[in-house]
Amino acid sequence: MLYFSKFRIISVILISLFFILIASSNLFKFENNFLNKKINLGLDLQGGSYLLLEIDNNPVIEQKIQNLSISIRNYFKDKNIRIKNLKILGQKLSFSVDENFKQTILDTFNDEESELNPYYPRFKSHQLDITEENNIFFVNYSTQGIVKLKTSSQDQALEIVRRRIDEIGTNEPNILKRGNDRILVELPGLDDPMRIKSLLGKTANLTFRFVTNNDQDSFGAEKLSYEDDSEEDALVSKRIILSGDNLLDAQPRMDSETNETVVTFTLDRVGAKRFGKATSTGIGKQLAIVLDGKIISAPVIRDTIASGSGQISGGFTFQSATDLALLLRSGALPAPLNIIEERTVGPDLGQDSINAGMIALAIGFVLVIVFIFVKYKVFGLITNITLILNLFLLIGILTIFEATLTLPGIAGIILTVGMAVDANVLIFERIKEELKNEKNNLIAFDSGYTKSRTAILDANITTLLAAIILFFMGSGPIKGFSLTLGIGIFTTLFSVYFIARLLTVLYVYRNKEKEGLI
Amino acid sequence: MIAFNKYYNQFNILSISLVVISLFLLTFKGLNFGIDFKGGTLIELRSTDSKINVSSLRDNLNSMNLGDVSVKNFGNETDFLIKFEINNNKNIIEEIKSNLDKSFGNTFDFRRVENVGPKVSAELLKSGVIAIVVALTLMLIYIWIRFEWQFSLGAILALFHDVLVTLGLFSLLGLEINLSIIAAVLTIVGYSMNDTVVIFDRVRENLRKYSDIKIYDLTNISINETLSRTLITSITTLLALLSIFFFGGEILKGFSLAMIFGVIFGTYSSIYIANTVLVRLRVSQKTVLREDENS
Repeated sequence: MLYFSKFRIISVILISLFFILIASSNLFKFENNFLNKKINLGLDLQGGSYLLLEIDNNPVIEQKIQNLSISIRNYFKDKNIRIKNLKILGQKLSFSVDENFKQTILDTFNDEESELNPYYPRFKSHQLDITEENNIFFVNYSTQGIVKLKTSSQDQALEIVRRRIDEIGTNEPNILKRGNDRILVELPGLDDPMRIKSLLGKTANLTFRFVTNNDQDSFGAEKLSYEDDSEEDALVSKRIILSGDNLLDAQPRMDSETNETVVTFTLDRVGAKRFGKATSTGIGKQLAIVLDGKIISAPVIRDTIASGSGQISGGFTFQSATDLALLLRSGALPAPLNIIEERTVGPDLGQDSINAGMIALAIGFVLVIVFIFVKYKVFGLITNITLILNLFLLIGILTIFEATLTLPGIAGIILTVGMAVDANVLIFERIKEELKNEKNNLIAFDSGYTKSRTAILDANITTLLAAIILFFMGSGPIKGFSLTLGIGIFTTLFSVYFIARLLTVLYVYRNKEKEGLI
Repeated sequence: MIAFNKYYNQFNILSISLVVISLFLLTFKGLNFGIDFKGGTLIELRSTDSKINVSSLRDNLNSMNLGDVSVKNFGNETDFLIKFEINNNKNIIEEIKSNLDKSFGNTFDFRRVENVGPKVSAELLKSGVIAIVVALTLMLIYIWIRFEWQFSLGAILALFHDVLVTLGLFSLLGLEINLSIIAAVLTIVGYSMNDTVVIFDRVRENLRKYSDIKIYDLTNISINETLSRTLITSITTLLALLSIFFFGGEILKGFSLAMIFGVIFGTYSSIYIANTVLVRLRVSQKTVLREDENS
């Protein structure tokens, strides 16, 4: 265990120097791209927001089931089969048919080529499941159908969330899928999380619909309240004249005549045509502008608007007009999003945490170094040099991978400092014991290293196991802890078996004959 | 040489009582779960007005019908930690902000806001429990591969003791259990195992070396031989942890405290639980020799 070839010595020195260089790139700026790497600071250290959004797919499923009821009726009407008692039961449909058509219905739904019920060969499953009970058919989304639907609404929502966040222009946002109905948003260095939260919390489903005064409207009507409760609730037709999909652009403006903040919008070709037609036939009527089920305003149409552009007024402040314009530009979410977890740290607290972490690291480090030096003198010095290099290795590896350092991560580094000496202590204590029976320093040192090896490996493997579990189970900051703790084990083993051993060997060879070496 | 073995019985009784008391506390008093596991909202505030104190802040928040609100100083006089239960109002933070600004003027800086919904907290609790169970299982498997079953049993009993007593102490003191405590518990598991394994390694070595010494004395020899290592490592680890506890900021207090308890219990248990199990199971030279023949 005591022999080091020249090649090995040089390698150890080079590796140590390399990591010192890499670790120091966190403090200095290098021209070289490879060296110019930095450890990322976690949100808890640099400040920022972590938001976990969950997509509420229930309205989407209900909407699809509604649409499905129409398709089913039309599909079988073409085949001269009359669908009776068609009912929507939330996320389920029920209907019945004449006895002699029953098999046809089942065959249609279970046909792999079915237009009505797409088949996913990869999962060997249809989109819809059909069951029959007492002559009544029940149709609902199959497990795979739900998965497909969730995945596609997650894709759409992710795109909209990205657009909204990009519009605000925060630096380096991290937007990721989680499961099939969640989106994780990490926004470093954000100063106003409330604004983002309110922007992400809105579906931004915009519709233009006429205000009617009878519920006998052929499309049906619903009673909606005003966003600012300024007026009585109004009865609004369910017929949609225009929706947010027809918008090309939206901008906040100051109306020079009324001195009011408004949102101006531009429509696409289809939208402009429809808007022109509706405004020409509906002069004198009130056109309600509805956002997420609330009326923003319901102006009376005075003239035909054929230009394909218009403006929305609704007692906006400049901020609220800017936000509405942003929401309209980036489009509507396919389904409402709920913020189910939020963690926001202000930049001050982040800086305080960095300072506290660094002070704790420095003090912990000094305490350990002094203790070890007092205890082991020369070998204490060797251990301490190893400990310093161990820190460089650890920080160097974090830097190379541009890993994310969190506050618990700093705690992991401090803990590594405390536990890293264990291996050297095990070796030195063993050597002391060996020296009791063995007068030859070289032999005693050699067997000290050999005999302590299994204990050291065992001890480190157990800690490593704990770190690995934490890494896979933990979230955010805790992951940072397991990362530094886990990497710390490898750097500790390297520094003990290569750096400390090398230094020990050099010292022991020079003092072969000395008694009471350790 | 210190005669650790003279006190095996006394300390076993002590440990069993501690475990029983801890189980009792965990069952009847329970743990003080933080918002990570219970759901709810946490706000850390810093005030620029030193006249504002906990009770004036509490009175103000109580008027908002937030349910069970807890208000505490956090680290110093001008920092406050507010916690309340799950609230369905999406704009609750904004409302609190405007309410505080109205009552106290614009003196508060919202330094940290955490909001955990019921679904997420249930998932976090589940994954925390799974993490600890998986960790204990992996340790069991590892030790079972490395040592004879008597040793495995000793190490695992020591682990359970450390985890239970640490949690019992948290229950007794009413300290908060959050995500970082799970991390601390897992690290304690690793540390306690580490300490036990080092002594066991020596016990096994000595079993082969001294064929005429009974396990009762043999464990004592092994404990003494590894004692200085056990103490030095515990001391350096504790030095690092104390440094985190006193200087690492309020957020790491609970984490470092759990670890400090854990390291102390872990050191104690590897001497007084792990080894006494070997003695009670009458481990002898045969135990290790049989294993050697098999392999």
